Amino acid sequence: MTDLARKALKHAGLILLALVMLYPVLWMVVSSLRPDNEIFRRPGLILDSLQTHNYGEGWTALASPFGHYLANSAILVLACIIGNLVSCSMAAYAFARLEFTGKRLWFAIMLGTIMLPIHVIIVPQYIMFSQLDWVNTFLPLVVPKFLATDAFFVFLMVQFIRGLPRELDEAARIDGAGHPRIFLRIILPLMLPALATTVIFTFIWTWNDFFSQLIYLTDPEMYTVPVALRSFVDATVSTSWGSMFAMSVVSLAPVFLAFLVGQRYLIRGIATTGGK
Amino acid sequence: MSALGELQRMRRGSGGTLGGKRDNKAAFVFLLPWFAGLLFITAGPIVASFLLGFTDYNLIQPPTFNGLDNFVRMLGDARLHNALRVTLVYVVVSVPLQLAAALALALLLDRGLRGLAFYRSAFYLPSLLGSSVAIAVLWRQIFGADGLVNQVLAMFGVEGKGWISDPSTALGTLIVLNVWTFGAPMVIFLAGLRQIPVMYYEAASTDGAGKWTQFRKITIPLLSPIIFFNLVLQIIHAFQSFTQAFVVSGGSGGPSDSTLFYTLYLYQRGFGNFDMGYASALAWLLLVIIAAFTAINFWAAKFWVVYDD
Repeated sequence: MTDLARKALKHAGLILLALVMLYPVLWMVVSSLRPDNEIFRRPGLILDSLQTHNYGEGWTALASPFGHYLANSAILVLACIIGNLVSCSMAAYAFARLEFTGKRLWFAIMLGTIMLPIHVIIVPQYIMFSQLDWVNTFLPLVVPKFLATDAFFVFLMVQFIRGLPRELDEAARIDGAGHPRIFLRIILPLMLPALATTVIFTFIWTWNDFFSQLIYLTDPEMYTVPVALRSFVDATVSTSWGSMFAMSVVSLAPVFLAFLVGQRYLIRGIATTGGK
Repeated sequence: MSALGELQRMRRGSGGTLGGKRDNKAAFVFLLPWFAGLLFITAGPIVASFLLGFTDYNLIQPPTFNGLDNFVRMLGDARLHNALRVTLVYVVVSVPLQLAAALALALLLDRGLRGLAFYRSAFYLPSLLGSSVAIAVLWRQIFGADGLVNQVLAMFGVEGKGWISDPSTALGTLIVLNVWTFGAPMVIFLAGLRQIPVMYYEAASTDGAGKWTQFRKITIPLLSPIIFFNLVLQIIHAFQSFTQAFVVSGGSGGPSDSTLFYTLYLYQRGFGNFDMGYASALAWLLLVIIAAFTAINFWAAKFWVVYDD
């Protein structure tokens, strides 16, 4: 076999595999634009006509219009992003640039918490938050982000700050700048790529997160997109796949957009830190 | 490079701090949010969880100490034993398959391949979508009795079945879903492969080593820290799977408890029945199991992971 033929064969195989992988998602998008009864007998991707009524039906199928849940998710995501940016960058600065008692131990603990499953701590956490009367608010989901509990991002930022030349800090210190100033004026502006990675990952993970939102948000008014979508499944079992697909597509669209806009940061983020 | 690598280096005593002037006050201020999080959100709850494991607690009456009752109850809890079995099968089958797919694709997408960025994105995308409720909804349809899979099979004259309603195949559909998200470890493998100097392969070629020998003698040993890293993390990750089983089974873990993941059972006991004492004991058992798997991995690493530093 010639080199060219082998290359062509390899590309054909890779394209075929990519297609098989993405086919279910493409098919869901196409099916959401079809009449309901066709979902069970049309495995292809060709659309005869463009039917958007599934979107209208799905949008209004639950107690509130779906826009309400999208807005809830957007508020939650925004708050989580701010929390992670502020708290993780502060912790990262200390671990990367300051010397302090017990640093190695604290750092090891921080790394260890990256691997800690949330299920291990959810019960006492829930008890604490329910005693604070925080259930059915976004606080149990947002406050931990302001306390740097997403240690993955602390680590990501530590790695990034370590790569910045120390001469910059030294020069600022000679000019009389203290740590708050060095952090805000020198380190933060230089670590924008790491902050961007944090924004994108926090966005996608919070948007998709189901477990903790299911536990803390039980009032339909407070539902976020994943919880609303799940209640949709229970409410419309086997009756209307079309509208369920339509709202699934709506719920995936922001993740897909974030992926398109930020894939450079996503790929670099998991490649340099090894992902979560 | 990775968090795990960092921990291993610290354990071996290399790396570490540069000495220099201590700055405890500034460090305390910068770490204040993190310390508060450690106290109230992570470490504190772990301790509380441990204590609650020895109580009977339903959130309404104050907890009452009941000694080892919860742990004795575990021994006779048939649903728990089933959940452990389901979870172990899921972890032991899906993680190696997922990593094998990730490694195979990373090797195919080698240096200088045209369209590399496109392929990488296409294979990575499912990793971002895979944990969403929307994809679980989709899975419920495509592996249902009239779902996409059976429609495609029918085109080849094969009669399918309700893959999700049959207890013997329901778990399989979730394993397929986990394998489908091989893109994230694949990207990590790709980054690792880039670190291997091309000259190693060139030298091996001149010495007459074939592709297979090169793979075994160069790629695998030099990539082994990354393989190890992916293995540890994906195992921990798989133990925590929840959303997909929850949505696909409608929260029940059915049919016949065949998709009752450990986390799902824990959710049912803790947040369905508000049996918080027992749920705490279950949470601790999960922590012990995951820690044991991780410890075994670290121990086994001595025999196959090659470190050059």
